[in-house]
Amino acid sequence: MGMTMTQKIIAAHCGKEIVTAGEFVEMNLDIVLGNDITTPVAINEFNKMGASEVFDKNKIVIVLDHFTPNKDIKSAQQCKISREFAKEKEIKNFFDVGQMGIEHALLPEKGLVVSGDTVIGADSHTCTYGALGAFSTGVGSTDMAGGMALGTTWIKVPEAIKINVIGKKKPFVSGKDLILHLIGKIGVDGATYKSIEFTGSGIKNLSMDDRFSISNMAVEAGGKNGIFPVDDKTIKYMEERKIKDWSIFEADEDALYDEEITINLDELNPTVAFPSSPENTKDIEDIGVIKIDQVMIGSCTNGRIEDMRAAAQILKGKKVADGVRTIIIPATQEVYKQCIKEGILEIFIDAGAVISTPTCGPCLGGHMGILASGEKAVTTTNRNFVGRMGHKESEVYLASPAVAAASAVTGKIQNPNKI
Amino acid sequence: MNTIGKAFKFGDNIDTDLIIPARYLNSTDPKELAMYCMQDIDEEFTDKISEGDIIVGGKNFGCGSSREHAPLAIKGAGISCVIAKSYARIFYRNSFNIGLPILESEEASEKISQGDEIQVDFTKGIIKNITKKEEYKADKFPEFIQSIIKYNGLVGYVKNKLEQGDYNDL
Ligand code: SF4
Repeated sequence: MGMTMTQKIIAAHCGKEIVTAGEFVEMNLDIVLGNDITTPVAINEFNKMGASEVFDKNKIVIVLDHFTPNKDIKSAQQCKISREFAKEKEIKNFFDVGQMGIEHALLPEKGLVVSGDTVIGADSHTCTYGALGAFSTGVGSTDMAGGMALGTTWIKVPEAIKINVIGKKKPFVSGKDLILHLIGKIGVDGATYKSIEFTGSGIKNLSMDDRFSISNMAVEAGGKNGIFPVDDKTIKYMEERKIKDWSIFEADEDALYDEEITINLDELNPTVAFPSSPENTKDIEDIGVIKIDQVMIGSCTNGRIEDMRAAAQILKGKKVADGVRTIIIPATQEVYKQCIKEGILEIFIDAGAVISTPTCGPCLGGHMGILASGEKAVTTTNRNFVGRMGHKESEVYLASPAVAAASAVTGKIQNPNKI
Repeated sequence: MNTIGKAFKFGDNIDTDLIIPARYLNSTDPKELAMYCMQDIDEEFTDKISEGDIIVGGKNFGCGSSREHAPLAIKGAGISCVIAKSYARIFYRNSFNIGLPILESEEASEKISQGDEIQVDFTKGIIKNITKKEEYKADKFPEFIQSIIKYNGLVGYVKNKLEQGDYNDL
């Protein structure tokens, strides 16, 4: 019996010819990641482990992205702990205000993760790098500490679900719509403990930024990871940022999958997840009138350059509706700069939106756009749980940048094809 | 190892934002986190519970973010164990790694009512409902997890490895 793509990467990182689903192995790690919330906890545990040095100072990445630039004294203290640790341990890839971006947009952009890598990150959306053909998964802070100390982690070899993508996207349909549609179909626990492996003739019609949003939200279906095969687009993306070599793994033809689902891009419409679960999805045609108070475009799901372009295409020459606070956050400094070059920021400002320096900020109800009770927001983030973006009686609707921008213009959840 | 406590029941898909809202993540102190545990689902939760009480959840307990603050808040509040139908995978990892015992049992999750007095025997994987005079079986921990439990969590496990210097042959 063959192995899935994920199983092959794991096998290659634990010195085994074959691994089987359900088996526990200790796997070597290429990257161990943490952010300003999870790293201080990890440092604490690292010290308790009696570790003095990190296993490899080139393979640890720390990004201060959640509550930065610091929103209050407590978060300033947290960042200070990470900063001092990074300095003391000579961690090469430490990203502070000025260099930082949202971690899952930043690492691929800097070439720090490539196909064939194994990555654990003390952040659930670490699964984003599956877009590059890497095995990456979110863990807790103690796992991060163990990873920093040993360069290995324990992992239960996952079973897999196969998603066969066919067809071509219609206008204003993006990777975000695909993943929302899939979560709506299989539910927030539809892939618990499992890999989601994407394949099929439609993959070539998905850009890298589409794939990043898709892999990003694998965890919202409970998945351990969400992985794409490596193709010309992946290789071009990695070549442009090359700082290390990559390896390419493919699923065996006789690999075993628990379930197979086909998604036809030809039939996919813009999709919105209603409060308070990412599985509460509706086709944009079936939504009715929902008035909104705020729009947020950004996050590790949709803060990349294509997302900014999609929003700009809609906002160009238009004004946001009265009373709709529109907050746009490019995910990294590079995306921000590219937006300046392309005149995108000017379009946003002319439309009446505000632009923030890269930060997670409002995505987790941290700062830069918290919701009051009774308020409704359309956002391009990945979670719409109760209280996620502010007051527990506020409502979060998840959508693509095109839908979010169109909604900003009309003041209600809007089909971008009808504006 | 045994524990006795009152059951506090919750439904399916209890996410980490409900367990500990992100607005409190600027602290890592379990006692401080504990003050806000479950606040958005039951404001009085932390006033109602006593040391040793038990949380009983439905399926996919602990879904959402990777924050270890979630099991830490539960442990810090004095909850001795969580019983649920199933767990989100990062929460599952985190709980063992920080030493919060969690058990998977569909039967217990369904049959236990709010306020029942529950006794848990971790070594045997047996859950006793003293109020209802019933007994349920929980899934046993896999062998690998048992070795982490043996060292009181991942910290002890790694510490031992570092002391033995045997991590090269993993
Ligand atoms: S943007 Fe949101 S989901 Fe992404 S890492 Fe930041 S807080 Fe997490």
